[in-house]
Amino acid sequence: MDNVQNTMSKEEALLAKFEEKTAAGEAIEPRDWMPEAYRKHLIRQMSQHAHSEVIGMQPEGNWVTRAPSLRAKQILLAKIQDEGGHGLYLYSAAETLGITRDEMIAQLHSGKAKYSNIFNYPTLNWADIGAIGWLVDGAAIVNQVSLQRTSYAPYSRAMVRICKEESFHQRQGYEIMAIMMRGTAEQREMAQDAMNRWWWPSLMMFGPHDTDSPHSADAFKWKIKRHTNDELRQKFIDKTVQQAEVIELTIPDPDLKWNESKQCYDYGKINWEEFYRVINGHGPCNKQRMDHHIRVHKEGAWVREAAEAYKSKQKNKSINLN
Amino acid sequence: MTKQEALFKYTLRLGDNALILSQRLSEWCSNAPFIEEDLALTNFALDMIGRAQAFLRYAGEIEGKGKMEDMLAYRRSERQYYNNQIAEQPNGDFASTMVRQLFVSAFEMYFFAELQNSKDATIAAISAKTLKEVKYHLAHAEDWVIRLGDGTDESHNRVQKAVNDLWMFTGEQFEMDEVDNLLIAEGIAVDLDSLRPLWNNYVENILKTATAEIPKDEFMQTGSRKGIHTEHLGHLLSEMQYLQRAYPDATW
Amino acid sequence: MATDTQLDSWEVFMQSRAGANFIHQGSIHASDKKMALQNARDTYSRRGEGTSIWVVPTHEIAASDPDDAGMFFDPSNDKIYRMPTFYTMPEGAKNI
Repeated sequence: MDNVQNTMSKEEALLAKFEEKTAAGEAIEPRDWMPEAYRKHLIRQMSQHAHSEVIGMQPEGNWVTRAPSLRAKQILLAKIQDEGGHGLYLYSAAETLGITRDEMIAQLHSGKAKYSNIFNYPTLNWADIGAIGWLVDGAAIVNQVSLQRTSYAPYSRAMVRICKEESFHQRQGYEIMAIMMRGTAEQREMAQDAMNRWWWPSLMMFGPHDTDSPHSADAFKWKIKRHTNDELRQKFIDKTVQQAEVIELTIPDPDLKWNESKQCYDYGKINWEEFYRVINGHGPCNKQRMDHHIRVHKEGAWVREAAEAYKSKQKNKSINLN
Repeated sequence: MTKQEALFKYTLRLGDNALILSQRLSEWCSNAPFIEEDLALTNFALDMIGRAQAFLRYAGEIEGKGKMEDMLAYRRSERQYYNNQIAEQPNGDFASTMVRQLFVSAFEMYFFAELQNSKDATIAAISAKTLKEVKYHLAHAEDWVIRLGDGTDESHNRVQKAVNDLWMFTGEQFEMDEVDNLLIAEGIAVDLDSLRPLWNNYVENILKTATAEIPKDEFMQTGSRKGIHTEHLGHLLSEMQYLQRAYPDATW
Repeated sequence: MATDTQLDSWEVFMQSRAGANFIHQGSIHASDKKMALQNARDTYSRRGEGTSIWVVPTHEIAASDPDDAGMFFDPSNDKIYRMPTFYTMPEGAKNI
């Protein structure tokens, strides 16, 4: 009985110390004590973030071999490579919490781990590559900038690096849109079509309204999250509207208008029914994206096994030599 | 054939080899056996697109008809491409891609080491830059061929199959025609005959370490110097050229 | 079939210019040293960030325990005689 109470109070003391640290804005390192719920929350969020980067390679990869110029192909490849790299930084950071990359991939394949909903939409014309860079990465950056100050240090370090590298992503996307809007009638049509299809899903990327957001309370208390979904969404809208106007793209929201008293844009109702439908598997590309990842993973198994086998053989050789 | 015509065709060949192989390598994007290797293959493709850009831009200048590199990359038809057929071969599995890369990069290492001394200053400069990239491609590819060749039974068999399938496309890299002869005399081009024994020796050593064998059959494919290709190139081009061909008035 | 593998984890340290400290970047996966160096290069030096790379198997890293931080680091806090400013120099002495 005494023992139980001792561990209880020890646990409570550790928690109090931990919360004192996070409240003071101090960073948490992998070997520091942390509550199990904090670790779980981070693993969930960071692996989802890593998987999003990796799955996000697919819709853009869809246009790599059809990019319309050498410059365009170069930029697109470099950008997709960055997404892969960012996936790696995040897997690497998540591994410091005691989960392996194998386990994270297994959770992705079983459906236990999610990835960003946005990548369940298809890229149907070249302007979609512009829209992804400008809108999807634009939305992601707003979120990621905020995460640079997240309390878990390896996550924060990864985000600092990612934000630095992402800065060209949004610009290249906007450039594609701008060039197409200055181009032929067909190009303008493609650009507007992409805008119409990607605008609303981009707004959904910030997640449900604050009143309906399930994981938020602890995330705020422990400084994993520092801004609410609605705050970040508003920030994204406010900076994007002007950019659309400059290149004469129409934002597909008849209710969008400047609110003088609030000094920000009012916007129309987001179709949350669609959001939850896609999250629960019924988006245009959910199955395709997951099938692709599982197929590639399986097809690569013999390569990884061969590398391990070679390593063991070399080890045995050097032991025999000694 | 004038020197200008020869130089145009020679630089096209240099550009096309990089262009077509970069297109193949870019198909690996999001398809590699693990994520680190995805980044590595993308780096290969990016190096080669850069090289294609430089050589095709120069080819356009030599031709003097005001064609920029994209015009040459995207608006020619199959018979006007001069890349070696090995570059256009489908990726196959990872072993096949690495064996193809070993064959190509080993050639390119010796080739650009010579070509960086070309009397043509532009070619020499592009070659010096390319040589550094190619050395890395070779190191990466040969490490993998050795790991896979001396890995599991399955990986060994896949490497051996790739060597067997691709071997007949290796001879073309050393073929010379009127273009080469004319430019060798000018001190611009590389005498490919001199590279063959070096290449053979290098590749044999790697394959031996990888416990793979060189096929007995000495038959070699030919044709690309005349713009004759395997059927694969047409499909590669129709995909690559799609937007440029469908919207000829558009700029991107 | 063997259990799935994503290869071993390696910690990556990079030097941004000759003479500078090697700084920890993160980790990568690879099955041997050569692969680890190449993967580290492709992951952490895509923008010319590096001039030299170290890779170390993650499981070979020994790290101090945060609970020992007090015993490890506090005792050196009050050894101010290790700082040059601790000493009073005679007026007029130069180059010291």
